[in-house]
Amino acid sequence: MRYLPLTDADRREMLSVIGAKSVDDLFKDVPASARLGAKVAGLPDHQGELEVERAFQAFAAKNVSPGTAPFFIGAGAYRHHVPSTVDYMIQRGEFLTSYTPYQPEITQGTLQYLFEFQTQVTLLTGMEVANASMYDGSTGTAEAVLMANRITRRHKALISGGLHPQYRSIIETTAKWEGFKAVLSKADAEGLEDLIASVDKDTSCVVVQNPSFFGHVRDFTKLAEACHAAGALLIVVVTEVVSLGLLKPPGDMGADIVVCEGQSIGNGLGFGGPYVGLFATRDKYMRQMPGRLVGETVDADGKRGFVLTLSTREQHIRREKATSNICTNAGLCALAFTVHLTLLGEAGFTRLSELNHAKASQLADKVSAIAGVKLLNDSFFNEFTVKLPKPAAPVVEALAAKGILGGLPVSRLIPNDPSVENLLLLAATETATDMGMDPLVAALKEVL
Amino acid sequence: MAVTKYSQEHEWIRVEGEVGTIGITQYAQEQLGDVVFVEVPAVGRKVAKGEACAVVESVKAASDIYAPASGEVVEGNAALADTPGDVNAEPTGKGWFFKLKLADKAELDGLMDEAAYEAFVKSLG
Repeated sequence: MRYLPLTDADRREMLSVIGAKSVDDLFKDVPASARLGAKVAGLPDHQGELEVERAFQAFAAKNVSPGTAPFFIGAGAYRHHVPSTVDYMIQRGEFLTSYTPYQPEITQGTLQYLFEFQTQVTLLTGMEVANASMYDGSTGTAEAVLMANRITRRHKALISGGLHPQYRSIIETTAKWEGFKAVLSKADAEGLEDLIASVDKDTSCVVVQNPSFFGHVRDFTKLAEACHAAGALLIVVVTEVVSLGLLKPPGDMGADIVVCEGQSIGNGLGFGGPYVGLFATRDKYMRQMPGRLVGETVDADGKRGFVLTLSTREQHIRREKATSNICTNAGLCALAFTVHLTLLGEAGFTRLSELNHAKASQLADKVSAIAGVKLLNDSFFNEFTVKLPKPAAPVVEALAAKGILGGLPVSRLIPNDPSVENLLLLAATETATDMGMDPLVAALKEVL
Repeated sequence: MAVTKYSQEHEWIRVEGEVGTIGITQYAQEQLGDVVFVEVPAVGRKVAKGEACAVVESVKAASDIYAPASGEVVEGNAALADTPGDVNAEPTGKGWFFKLKLADKAELDGLMDEAAYEAFVKSLG
């Protein structure tokens, strides 16, 4: 059978029914100036695969890529070494074709790795239950706020000035369309923010990040107590999941919901995605959790097996009353996360964390020794903020021109705020070397 | 003397003095199948007539329970957390959901009595 759904005769018949002469007739409402002619100005005519490959390689060569330059950018997306075993495992046919299970019971392998993923997430975050993943950390954070609103039946979320600016934007967008109030605190570059006094009886949740966008490491135990005393929930966001190898888990601070960006483990930078969101909470809030959830059970013969459980929360059953319109998960990225974390093991993960902190400490020492550069952090994990004697954005451009990707000017994500104009965010992971740090320091000295 | 009334959402309310006890009917529990989870409202919560204030979840579906009248929640059936099957076994007995201190007993006038509810269920086929 030929699989050609439309013949010319089919097209003619359909056009005659609606009284159009040609397919082009259907587009006549589009102004001629907005229509593409046969050729697009400035672009060559079609070319062979080899020519196209050459053309695009030349374009790509204009980029300064993290793998080929000294690289110190983090801000929510971190360059780590991902062992080649991860790629090999996730590309096995059994895994690669496994989308989120819609006929779950026959995909026991998929359910098992998701169950293991969930177990790892609860262990990392110090929480009681985790779902099978969200799209990413930022959308997961917005889902966490919606969940807190459902649980508390309140509609005001306090958003820390230490939360990643893009996460803040996503909460704002969600607030606008879901009709809740998001109170955004001003950018907290110094890490001194205290939201305890702002928590009141209308507050559904407080959203904080650890380490913060500016790198500060905090213990939110007292904030959690204040939230609970007021009947509010504490949401702790972690954008660098590797930090959990060293830092006190949010669950131990009393967090009610923990959301992490899981990209650092198993997943590359990939121009910003696809990433994987980790989402964990307390048992008592399980039924208000968004997303898919895998449970362990036994079959009729008493053998261990896995099922999708608590699906009555989900859209295909609960319709408009569902806890979320997410009916899927970031399956392949979650698999990469689980394979990588399994390869590391608990001791390996802790060592990786220690190495990250050691590298960042080394970088902080070197950079803050430069005249005019001030380190803003008393504490940090693998990323910190420095204040330069002049605006950071042109400095970063000048470094890039020298082939060095020397951090993120805060103004890039928080524009039009003079208080952050001179701030530069620098990250160093296990991939940083002296051979990268020394040129950065030398170039910074020249540029400043 | 207690008076029992029924809603079109298949809830019953048994009124004794100022307090109404609310649950789901025999017909509702049969339609739901095995109940696996019940969420009851917190004591002190004020609910308006028609407001979704409890959830019953079976192996087949999750459904909201609507307040048949306005009032303040004075008690939730905590035992259902451990034995949600009570809703199937004794929907009008041990399987009650919550108790409301009624704000306006006149609101109950719009509800059905037992005979009217039986006729209503029959009309559903």
